[in-house]
Amino acid sequence: MSDTTISTTSNDVDRTYPPIAWMSTLALAAIVSGGILMATYAPRKAPLGVATALAAVGFVLLASAWVSLSRVKVFSWTTFRNVYKWAQLVYVIQAGMIEFAFVRGGTRGASLVIVTAMLVVFATSVPMTMAFTVARYATPD
Amino acid sequence: MVDAVLDSTAQHGPPPDRPKIAVVPLAGLPFAGLALAIVTVAIATEWKWLLMFSHVVGGALWTALDLFVGLVLGPIMGRMSPAARAEFAGRFMPKMVVIMPAIVTMNLGAGFQVARLEGNLSASSANHAWLIFSFIVVGIMAVIALGVLEPANIAVIYEMNKPVPNGHRIEHLMKRFIYTAGITGIMQVLTLIIMTRLASR
Repeated sequence: MSDTTISTTSNDVDRTYPPIAWMSTLALAAIVSGGILMATYAPRKAPLGVATALAAVGFVLLASAWVSLSRVKVFSWTTFRNVYKWAQLVYVIQAGMIEFAFVRGGTRGASLVIVTAMLVVFATSVPMTMAFTVARYATPD
Repeated sequence: MVDAVLDSTAQHGPPPDRPKIAVVPLAGLPFAGLALAIVTVAIATEWKWLLMFSHVVGGALWTALDLFVGLVLGPIMGRMSPAARAEFAGRFMPKMVVIMPAIVTMNLGAGFQVARLEGNLSASSANHAWLIFSFIVVGIMAVIALGVLEPANIAVIYEMNKPVPNGHRIEHLMKRFIYTAGITGIMQVLTLIIMTRLASR
């Protein structure tokens, strides 16, 4: 996700960026692991310490990705925004469906809060990976 | 195998008079909406037949598509000429953008409820270990699909819509798509084993 190749014409230049897609994908992996843990115990109470730690790892990785992205100078923000908003719509709907399934499955209280936090990471990290992967190859603004 | 074919395809995309590719084919959205409506009703009403229908239909389509794309279509695409592959990808990949999220949501949303209603989520259930195994397999597939495969899919479509697409970049992204589709295809075989095992107990 961070290959660099330099050539002559503008669309032949693959600029070097921080490993933003890796960070957001690892954030996804952390919360998917947490989600598996929560689903394994549903509707009983999962060990919240481990689940909270995984959710926190997801948040930290995602925040790091956003911070890294905010420091990028040459970038196609227009393309990023265009892809991100539609991808976010899709994954907010998916996250809503997953939340609905957990609620119907009897998940309540602190467990539900952690599941919701994980779903926030899910609905943000996937669009970010997609939008960044597309925008890194687009002509910068 | 794929490398040998892809390395010989360093060209600058399809001809400039090609039509622009719709990233999201709007005609497919009502079908995706219908799939989501069906699974929402199934979960809300806990209608067991509709839950099972959503789970089986979503799962069958997901598994069949992953196996077909990963193990049949992927190697074929790897051997196509760049122009043919570009034209095929331009028609095929936007459809996957609509189909995959819809059938995956249908399968997983309903599947979780089926597991709960069948008592498989209970730690005392004989199927519990198999269920956890299936969660892990699906989790790995989800990370690969959402973190690598789907972004590559979208990036290829955007690249092909540029006035002068970068052939090397398309090949690089397509290679990523083909390899990850192959991995998820193989993992779907595990899903088939787990699900048939669960259903036969």
